[in-house]
Amino acid sequence: MLSTNKPAPKSKITKIVNARLLLDHKIVKDSYLWFQDGKIIHPQNLFFDQHRDADEIIDAQGMMVVPGYMDIQINGGYGIDFADHEGSLDKIQKDVDTVAKGLLQYGCTAFCPTVVSSAPEVYNKVLPLLNKRKGDAKGGSEILGAHIEGPFISHEKKGAHNQEIFRTGKRGIDEFDEAYGPELKKGSEAVSIITLAPEIEGVTEVIPELANRGICVSIGHSAATIDVAENAVAKGATLITHLFNAMLPFHHRDPGMIGVLGAVDLPAPVDPARHPSASNTSPDRTKPDPRPFYGLIVDGVHVHPNSVRIAYYAHPKGCVLVTDALSALGLPKGLYTLGGRELEIDDNGAAYIKGTNTLAGSTISIDQSVRNFRQFTKCTVVEAIEAATLHPAQVLGISDRKGTLNPGGDADLLFLNDDLEIQRVFVYGEEVELTKNKK
Amino acid sequence: MRLIIREDYDEVSGYVANYVKERINQFQPSAERPFVLGLPTGSSPIGTYKKLVELFKAGELSFKNVVTFNMDEYVGLPRDHPESYHSFMWNHLFKHVDIKPENVHILDGNAPDLDEECKKFEADIARVGGIELFLGGIGPDGHIAFNEPGSSLTSRTRVKTLAYETIIANARFFDGDVSKVPKLALTVGVATVMDAREVCITITGAHKSIALAKCIEEGVNHMWTVSAIQMHPKGLVVCDEDATLELHVKTVKYFKSIEHVHHSLIGAENLSLQGGVKQLRAPGSGNARPATPMNGPYE
Repeated sequence: MLSTNKPAPKSKITKIVNARLLLDHKIVKDSYLWFQDGKIIHPQNLFFDQHRDADEIIDAQGMMVVPGYMDIQINGGYGIDFADHEGSLDKIQKDVDTVAKGLLQYGCTAFCPTVVSSAPEVYNKVLPLLNKRKGDAKGGSEILGAHIEGPFISHEKKGAHNQEIFRTGKRGIDEFDEAYGPELKKGSEAVSIITLAPEIEGVTEVIPELANRGICVSIGHSAATIDVAENAVAKGATLITHLFNAMLPFHHRDPGMIGVLGAVDLPAPVDPARHPSASNTSPDRTKPDPRPFYGLIVDGVHVHPNSVRIAYYAHPKGCVLVTDALSALGLPKGLYTLGGRELEIDDNGAAYIKGTNTLAGSTISIDQSVRNFRQFTKCTVVEAIEAATLHPAQVLGISDRKGTLNPGGDADLLFLNDDLEIQRVFVYGEEVELTKNKK
Repeated sequence: MRLIIREDYDEVSGYVANYVKERINQFQPSAERPFVLGLPTGSSPIGTYKKLVELFKAGELSFKNVVTFNMDEYVGLPRDHPESYHSFMWNHLFKHVDIKPENVHILDGNAPDLDEECKKFEADIARVGGIELFLGGIGPDGHIAFNEPGSSLTSRTRVKTLAYETIIANARFFDGDVSKVPKLALTVGVATVMDAREVCITITGAHKSIALAKCIEEGVNHMWTVSAIQMHPKGLVVCDEDATLELHVKTVKYFKSIEHVHHSLIGAENLSLQGGVKQLRAPGSGNARPATPMNGPYE
């Protein structure tokens, strides 16, 4: 219930009219969106108690207005790699800002900068610059904390990571604190997600401790069998890193990590808010889903569109669109680096380790991901958008302020046309200047 | 009293919305001389509010200088409860249009002194010069606002205990739990409504037909409180064909023929909006009913 005791601030109230809003899992026509001080508000009490009405009216001209997209796995962009530790702290800070600003053009209003497997010195230097940071229309997309991918991962499923730095968890949580440095102790203030391989020695045992620190534990880059994977989820893992990629392929008698989507007897979630909502595909259709969320790269290269569709309809409420975009995002075809490796981008935007067939990441943007996803799965517009808004917010446990247009949420908004192309972007209630609109 | 009969709920809603629009626009309200409108809640006015919002969005009507007074509100229900009448008015009308928040008056069911609140409401009405047009609906038992059978026809704004039947009927909005339904309400009195310079009651549906018959064909009776409209110099009842089912055929034919005479023989251009005849002109100025705001495109 809304409090009527505090006097409302005298700041500007904005009302969006003529919009189709994504509210309560539906596209709604005769409703309006109100925001003040960067937050979405419920204006009824302001109207009756404080006699406040809208100060500015924005006409959405029939466009869809949805929450800003969130990307929880992105390695960099515009020639910048978050794992790049050479250069001064100032330079690295500027680079992070450049990416954050650039991402706004794609409608990504919040993201988890992802750092691939690196040496402790790199984490010590880079992680403090990737702490949580509020978004700003000029300063850039909100930083939700870092996603540290590796080095506690499998040699077999390393993708483009440098396996010389891989480690085991023999000495438990201390090994982790050594590997990442003091930022890991700050928990979800600094590190939002950690990707690890549960079959590596000592790693599964550390999962509860990491989850306790508020960090989302994600299993990936792993050769785990179905038992090991399910056990990791039972211990507190709530996300699967880019499903299908860097894990055992699906086999009908040994479904591996992909088989977690078909699990029925996982224990009830400890924190239901950080699990997918109940659906027709949940083991118990009325209780929160014990299965984890799963990331999907939908550039059409990493995963065949049919595979995307199969995974989606096995577990629709758990699907999270990620770009896993590389430093090449936003740049033309050519040669680039990631975590010290040379990569080659081809015409499709797919990045391979130079001279091999090993995929290293994508150059897809999150808004293109939403369009692709809808095309691949033929899901509804609402479902496609929620996979890039509501679900990532649930992964991080922040769905009260991100990923929805509910009152109390941050006013990160996108205006989309019927083809889901971005027309306008707002961060904390302020409009972003889109380069494509500049003459 | 004028009785306007239209085909169905939609036509009735359209008629009333158009009538309100024409009245406001003819009045030419300003900040010093606003148009004071009395408003109801319930299922009857929903169609009217929808059409008023459409008229506003089409630029034909502005609520900038309209002052409103609602009929009633539950006691003890939080103002932002989805079933409060504050929420009803916000969702059906106020959030869509350009009405000024300080021009909106709804009784406060959470006031510390309910009697004071009622007196204050009456004083607020007097301060703006009284209500120009009061819209209303009718219950199946012929009640207006919460003035249930037995309410004094000279009553003013006060606290009322809801009839058991009403509580049962409202339970469907409170998860079917009778204990959650408010038992008290603040309501304008019968006389408060009749003090308005014009009263317009909407009556649709076969289940209201007995009430309509009792209220206009029989005597003024506190058991059917809407019957007080018979004593009002400018009463207007707008109903659909279903609501006329219990009226004498003679009554229905009479009121339909008056409309016909007015429009075909006297000519709509000679009528004032509120039904008075301004002048007489030679007949033959139109056999077909010319389109006017009162008989619009839905004729």
